[in-house]
This record gives sequence, structure tokens and C-alpha cells, in this order.
Amino acid sequence: MTREEIQSTILDVIAGIVPDEDLSNLKGDVRIRDQIELDSMDFLDIIMELRKRYGVEVPEEDYMELSTLDGSVVYLEPLMKDS
Amino acid sequence: MHYDAIIIGAGMSGLAAGIRLAYFDKKVCILEKHSRVGGLNSFYERSGHNFDVGLHAMTNFVPKDVKSAPLPKLLRQLRLRVEAFDLSQQKISVISFPEKSLRFTNEFDFFVHEVEENFPAQIDNFQRLLKTIFEYDELSLKARPVSSRQVVSSFISDPLLIEMLFCPLMYYGSAQEEDMDLAQFVIMFKSIFCEGFARPHAGVRQILNVLVNKYKECGGELRTQCGVQTLKTAGSRVKSVLLENGDEIVADNIMSSAGYLETMRLLSDLDTSRLKSSAGQLSFMECILVLDREPVEMGHDTAITFYNNSDKFFYGRPDSLIDTSSGVICCPNNFKFPNPLPEGIIRITNMANFDLWNRLDGQEYKTQKTRCLDAALKEVVKLVPDFRDSIVFTDVFTPKTIHKYTGHINGAPYGTPDKVKDGRTHLDNLFICGTDQGFLGIVGAMLSGISMANLHVLM
Repeated sequence: MTREEIQSTILDVIAGIVPDEDLSNLKGDVRIRDQIELDSMDFLDIIMELRKRYGVEVPEEDYMELSTLDGSVVYLEPLMKDS
Repeated sequence: MHYDAIIIGAGMSGLAAGIRLAYFDKKVCILEKHSRVGGLNSFYERSGHNFDVGLHAMTNFVPKDVKSAPLPKLLRQLRLRVEAFDLSQQKISVISFPEKSLRFTNEFDFFVHEVEENFPAQIDNFQRLLKTIFEYDELSLKARPVSSRQVVSSFISDPLLIEMLFCPLMYYGSAQEEDMDLAQFVIMFKSIFCEGFARPHAGVRQILNVLVNKYKECGGELRTQCGVQTLKTAGSRVKSVLLENGDEIVADNIMSSAGYLETMRLLSDLDTSRLKSSAGQLSFMECILVLDREPVEMGHDTAITFYNNSDKFFYGRPDSLIDTSSGVICCPNNFKFPNPLPEGIIRITNMANFDLWNRLDGQEYKTQKTRCLDAALKEVVKLVPDFRDSIVFTDVFTPKTIHKYTGHINGAPYGTPDKVKDGRTHLDNLFICGTDQGFLGIVGAMLSGISMANLHVLM
């Protein structure tokens, strides 16, 4: 997957969890939770969806890496490049 | 057959847990003793009439733009849209005591205003109580039990207001007699007063259908008429599940919504000294009355009436078959449905004594049901227009009925007063969800299933 594809995958995962949020103006470098209402249960679901769909395992100590959209893409790129 | 998880009971919590597990590709099987799902919130038919058990109203209703409340949280967790439940909001409800009434709607400010009108000297105290309630973390799995009677009376000095606040909150979920744990009080306060009541047009069937369909769509397996005989243990684990039909199945994890003690009684080597809670004592009789007209035509537009006929509210097992000195009158018609329900219905719930009912059989049981129905009606028509001439069909269920269909000890729908908040048992792979885990009501039950599945199986 390219960076663009990874980014749209992440957005797709978030949209599946919070379908009523407008994600079109989500800024890449600002914490996702500061831009849309996402609680800790929702955040864990993003991680679990990534595991379900792409077999990506994100250990708990790396959760911080996924706090922004840009950070998520950078972190996931090596894990998802062959997906 | 080897499963990742077996769930005992296809009620609200079991189905919600099942959806979570099946959605995340766990191999999961729900075992339901009865021919239909629902558990404590189920449904039945009599002579062509459709009745609900349990659900008077779904609590926790919030507008669509509120996202951080229990109902939207659980919908997100289950990947469901709120429209699926087809909820319509209540018109109005009331807490009715001889001297005063407090009405409430799904607008919390309306209730605060009612408290101010009726108890002007208490409004500052009430506001301070609210501050404590809003700051309390009722979902913490580690909180120590605290008496909510003590906490509330440290703020409110008028005993009548205290009784009136406790009446609906206890009726809608307290497993404990005469008092509530503070966490339970806060959960109920928020779900009833701050959030509110709503109902699907088709009643509890709507919610159950949505849950069952979602569960199956995610690949979950549901076996009805499939009771559990024994949970066979080996060391610190449940090794296998022996079914009443003789089959034996195996799973890594077992989640049970059957109740804590009820689950422990299924263990092959039950050591009673390990039991960490006592049996619930609170049970109820419910009278369901089908009317030949809509209650609103007789001037009754209240969804739920919580009444008490003296200034002191007693919540506990009565010494008689039923206690009509307090009760709940539910009118499913009085929600803002786009189309009217097919018939007028009034339901009356009173506290009842399981042991006394359980001793009765045959004709005597029937006679007492009729006598108690008359007694319940006589009390209720003091508060709502006398509808007795409009009744076209009645059905009554008792603590004995609840016991028979749910397996709950003492027919106690709210289970043990000693909740197992983290869901853990003395066995490593056996967890409790639902009523005895301690989140209350239909929304609470679903959240219980979700959080226990997340905590013990998915994470």
C-alpha cells in the first residue's frame, strides 16, 4: 500500500466507527481526538479494526504513534506496505 | 467443537458480548436455555396480544448529536446506527407521592425546575448533589461500595425529596434492599433523569431482532433450547461445558450472563466458601392490561408513573405476596410514536415475595393472581383515570414466572446485591456479564457485555 492508500484506509476505519463525524477536513498533524469526538473505546477499536482487516499488530506502547493521522501513516507504512 | 468463547444466555448482555467477539473474528457460540432470546428482557404472546417482559422504557435516551453518553457509545461498539432501534421518546413521567409529585421528561432542565417548584428550600442542596453526581466516575470497575442514602442525605435535608428521588431509581434497577451503592445510584440517576426514556414501536422485539441479526451477520452461532448442565472444571479453569442434551463443548473463555450464583451452581466442583455474593431478594409481580382504547383517550398521557402512597418509601421484599403501597405504572402508548400502537396497554409492577408465591400451586396460585391483580388495580386507579371497565385482556406474571423463565434465584431480576464489577470469578477463564456485573437496565446490560468482552477476551 502507498502512503495515500494507507491514509484513506485509516479514514475508512475511523468512518466505520464514528459514521456521523465529518472527516473531510481532518488535519494530518493535529491529534485526531482533538478534532472529532473519539473516546478511548473508539480508539482501541481503530487498532482492533486494523488487526481484523490487515493483520496489523500495534503493541500498547506504540498507541501514541497513532494519535495523529500523519503519525499513523508513518507508523503503519512499514507494516502495511505489502498489504 | 472448540470455540474461542462460549456465552451463556442470549439476553441483552450476552448478545452484545457476542456481537463484539464475532465481529472481531472470534469463534463464538451463545447458549440460550429457552426457545427465544431476551432473558430478562424478552417477549411473549397470549391470545394474539404481543407483550414485553422487562422493558417498560429504554433508559439513557440522548439526542443524536450527543456522542459521549452510554447509548451512542454502545451503538458505536456494536457498529449499529441509532435508527436501528426505532426509538420514540416518552411524553412525560411522574414520581407521585401523596403530598407532592415530580414530573420529568427527557429534558433534564424540566426536572430541575420541578424540584425547584416543589422543594424551593432544597434547590441549592440539589444543585450540590448534582455536582457530585456529575463528577462521579460510575463506570469505574474498582470503586468501593458506598451508601447512596448516606451521600444523598448529606446534601438533601428534606426526607420527602430523598424518598422521591430514590423511588424510580430503585425500582428500575436496585438489587439491594433499602439502599443502593453510589455507583448504581449515579448510573440510574443519569440514565433516567439526565438522559431519559424512549421505546421502540415494536417494543423489546425490535432491539432483540437488531442484536440477533447483527450477531449472525458477524458469523456468531446461536443455539436456543440449549441449557447448560455443568461447567466442568480442571484446576483453575473451566475445561468444558456439558449441555443438557448431553453434548460437551470446549472453549478458551466462558462468559456467563446467567447470574453470579446461578453460574457458580453450574460448576462441577462448587466450593461454597468461594462464593463472594449473596442471593438477591427483590422480585416483582407484573399485571399487563389490554384496553379497548388508548389510555390518552381517558386522560392518561403519562409514560411511567412511579407511585408511593405514603411519605416513606420502602424498597424491599414484602411480607405478603405483593406490596401495593408503591409501584410502577407503565403505559407503552404514551411515547411520541409516529403511528399509534395496535392497542392500549397499561402495565403495573409491584414488589412481591418469591417464597410466598413459590409455595402456591394450581388453583390457589391462580386465585391469588386474580386477588393481587384486583388489589394492584384498586391502588392504581387512585392515581390514573379508572380504566377498569375498558380492560379486554389481562395477564399476570409473578416471581415464580420470572424464576421459571430466567433461572434467576428468587425470581430476582436485578440479581445479587453484591455485584462483580470486574466480571472475574475464581476461575481464570470464566467471566460474569449482565445483571450481576452491575451495569443496569437494557443499555447497561449491553454495555456490560461489551466491556466484559473487550476486557477479558479481546484485549
